[in-house]
Amino acid sequence: MRVNVTVNGEQRQADDVWEGESLLFVLRERLGLPGSKNACEQGECGSCTVYLDDVPVCACLVAAGQAQDREVRTVEGLADGDALDPVQEAFVEAGAVQCGFCTPGLVVQAHDLLDRVPNPSDPEIREALAGNLCRCTGYEKILDAVRLAASRR
Amino acid sequence: MTLTPAELTSAVSGGIGTSPQRPDGNLKVRGEFAYASDLWHEDMIWGATLRSPHPYARITSVDITEALKVPGVYAVLTHSDVPGRNLYGLEHKDQPVLAVDVVRYQGEPVALVGADHPETALRAMKKIVVSYDVLEPVVDMETAADDTPLHPGGNLVRHVPIRRGSQDVTADVVVTGRYEVGMQDQAFLGPESGLAVPATDGSVDLYIATQWLHVDRDQIAAALGLPQEQVRLTLSGVGGAFGGREDLSMQVHACLLALHTGKPVKMVYNREESFYGHVHRHPAVLYYEHGADHTGKLVYVRTKMYLDGGAYASSTPAVVANAATLGVGPYEVDNVTVDAYGVYTNNPPCGAMRGFGAVQAGFAYESQMDKLAEALGMSPVDVRIRNAMTEGSVMPTGQVVDSAAPVAQLLKLVQDKPLPAGTSTDIRELPGGVSNTTHGEGVVRGVGYAVGIKNICFSEGYDDYSTARVRVSMVNGELAAAVHTAACEVGQGLVTIMQQIVRTELGIERVTVLPMDTTIGNGGSTSASRQTYVTGGAVKAACALVKARLDGRTDIGDEVIDEVTEWRHRATEPIDPETGQGNAHVQYGFAAHRAVVDVDVDLGLVRVVSLDCAQDVGRALNPQAVVGQIQGGSAQGLGLAVMEEIQTSGGKVRNPSFTDYLIPTVLDMPPMSIDVLELADPHAPYGIRGVGEPPTISSTPAIVAAIRAATGLALTRVPVRPEHLTGT
Repeated sequence: MRVNVTVNGEQRQADDVWEGESLLFVLRERLGLPGSKNACEQGECGSCTVYLDDVPVCACLVAAGQAQDREVRTVEGLADGDALDPVQEAFVEAGAVQCGFCTPGLVVQAHDLLDRVPNPSDPEIREALAGNLCRCTGYEKILDAVRLAASRR
Repeated sequence: MTLTPAELTSAVSGGIGTSPQRPDGNLKVRGEFAYASDLWHEDMIWGATLRSPHPYARITSVDITEALKVPGVYAVLTHSDVPGRNLYGLEHKDQPVLAVDVVRYQGEPVALVGADHPETALRAMKKIVVSYDVLEPVVDMETAADDTPLHPGGNLVRHVPIRRGSQDVTADVVVTGRYEVGMQDQAFLGPESGLAVPATDGSVDLYIATQWLHVDRDQIAAALGLPQEQVRLTLSGVGGAFGGREDLSMQVHACLLALHTGKPVKMVYNREESFYGHVHRHPAVLYYEHGADHTGKLVYVRTKMYLDGGAYASSTPAVVANAATLGVGPYEVDNVTVDAYGVYTNNPPCGAMRGFGAVQAGFAYESQMDKLAEALGMSPVDVRIRNAMTEGSVMPTGQVVDSAAPVAQLLKLVQDKPLPAGTSTDIRELPGGVSNTTHGEGVVRGVGYAVGIKNICFSEGYDDYSTARVRVSMVNGELAAAVHTAACEVGQGLVTIMQQIVRTELGIERVTVLPMDTTIGNGGSTSASRQTYVTGGAVKAACALVKARLDGRTDIGDEVIDEVTEWRHRATEPIDPETGQGNAHVQYGFAAHRAVVDVDVDLGLVRVVSLDCAQDVGRALNPQAVVGQIQGGSAQGLGLAVMEEIQTSGGKVRNPSFTDYLIPTVLDMPPMSIDVLELADPHAPYGIRGVGEPPTISSTPAIVAAIRAATGLALTRVPVRPEHLTGT
């Protein structure tokens, strides 16, 4: 099938999509956007978090066809050219990035949190990021990064 | 030799002792860093692996006829398509690339499919007909050595005895225990992946997420029947490792498919396949007897421990040696009896995971120290300090600890930290969280301590070295440096450390880290907390050669100064096979934890309220990265304490998913206050001490000690499950 979807503000088209393909597969393998990650492909780890019409979703749980005529924003669409989004900048500065495989999903999820709650409390940050697994950091520096980004936005 | 901070001052910013940003950080937050699973090649096809559903079975036939007929399938391969040696392994070559006539664990690779789409490959795999004669699996590690032999030499992979001092001395106070450690998974987030690209001359390039390029290369070349120079590896982005990428997974498979089809082949495991596709932490059963005098001074420790290596040896021999040589913990004990056994079973293969044998022993000996404290009426910290090792102490192997061993100091540091406030009334800070299972009723608090010891770098006489090239030339009128190694960056931050070392040594701020590949000599494994030490040492040594040629010049015109060198840490020795005596290890690392927990005794739910750590790192070359390692290592220890286990039944894995294999989320992790000591090791570059593993050892027993303190339960097994707490 053919899927038409707006990704990071651009109208994109994917052809020969098998009906069983996820939005994640189409983004990664057909549209050249591998930033969203494939750590579990069952909605447990949050590494593939993208905005679908402004709501964060696990792209692995969205069938590609469900994205037809909708707007997707991925981690690749957060920076403004060379200028990183404050959340991205804070993740690098705070040491919240080790292997970085969880980072794209966490950055999108944290970006959404700060859009909704500009100055979140620690319990609020923890709730918001509870669906994003990280195996390297123990999360402390991710919390630091979100606090830092909140202070700058 | 004592290093002073002045010696670590860089002429330029971003040198050692500071925390510059990672060179790959911006790419990673932008989603533009190329992990192995992100790779793409024109005309590439997808590889998939058919695996055994049985833990132990004879293969009576394999029929690929129908699979080959599926449109879009390029190849279906079995063991007869392996042109070289169909056996590989880190220490023993005992594991088939593709099974021949027997499978020894559930998930063992039997056949490969190359196809135009992952779904095509899956459908074709379903058409491969494998006939199995199912056999009774060997699953009990304690009896495995006397059970049906799974390999020609029997099921005992290695027995490490240690005999030190009197073997029959008696003591005033004796405590005994039997402890179990469940099978933990590394659960790195980036699944096993790679892209193999065939060349027209019959050679192959593999872009791969691994921990050790050269040992992968050597094993792949042997399996492919190619000279080593015809197998070229380049490290792709690696999504974590923690030991789980030391063994081969899809490396040979992708190369076989690529050479067979003449097409680039990408293989990406999903999470379920990842659970079958790499080795895990050895589950263990450990029997301990500690004897002490009335003052709490240890008189003897005797232990017998079993580590389940599963179907293939992997690094079991070294894991067993670690468990044995570190088996009494960071304590002075004159009389030691250890018998550590690593065995084959039909359980999933086990090998390296952060802590590597020291974790299993650590849970048991620290549980014993708490039991001893209770028997003596002493505090857990006091009994540990009473026996704490110091510089100059003698290990059970007879090795003298010849650099800082601040065990008592680390314990005091965590003991003196402020305790968290009392049990919260905010449900988000109670066991069960927003599940709203308690408002504080049935919740009890406990505090626990633990300290651990880990060897750093490779041991037992292994020739452990790394190779580094540093090249300096003029770029835009300034000196610029490039550093090249084959040492794998898996997330830990070696790329940053190498830049920092070059900046400090050469006073050159602009340092490029070149891709890690096999065009340069061996970088050794990214394991045993060794890369900053060994590859860092190699980069430092290469810089010294460059510096001599620079001779103070800041303008070298068109000259290119290029130096490559190998660097080794001081040699170690094998241990005596009967007494376990010998200078087996290069360096020891120590960390201590204090855990505070709240336990809902009605539901058996645990919330770790705080998990504070003190660790000696010799020198913190990058303080931010050091703390990140300690926090991350502590988190993996928390996982083993209260949630993480690959559960098996009759050799079959019951929970190969992140739905059923739980790793800590941000809700499970408490705030962690970290104290970093910098007591330089005179034998190590800059005085550093490996950082990554020690915190994973003491975190688990500290948490379990806290749960015991809260509940009064004995808790001899990790992970602690709700039913262990409720008795239901």
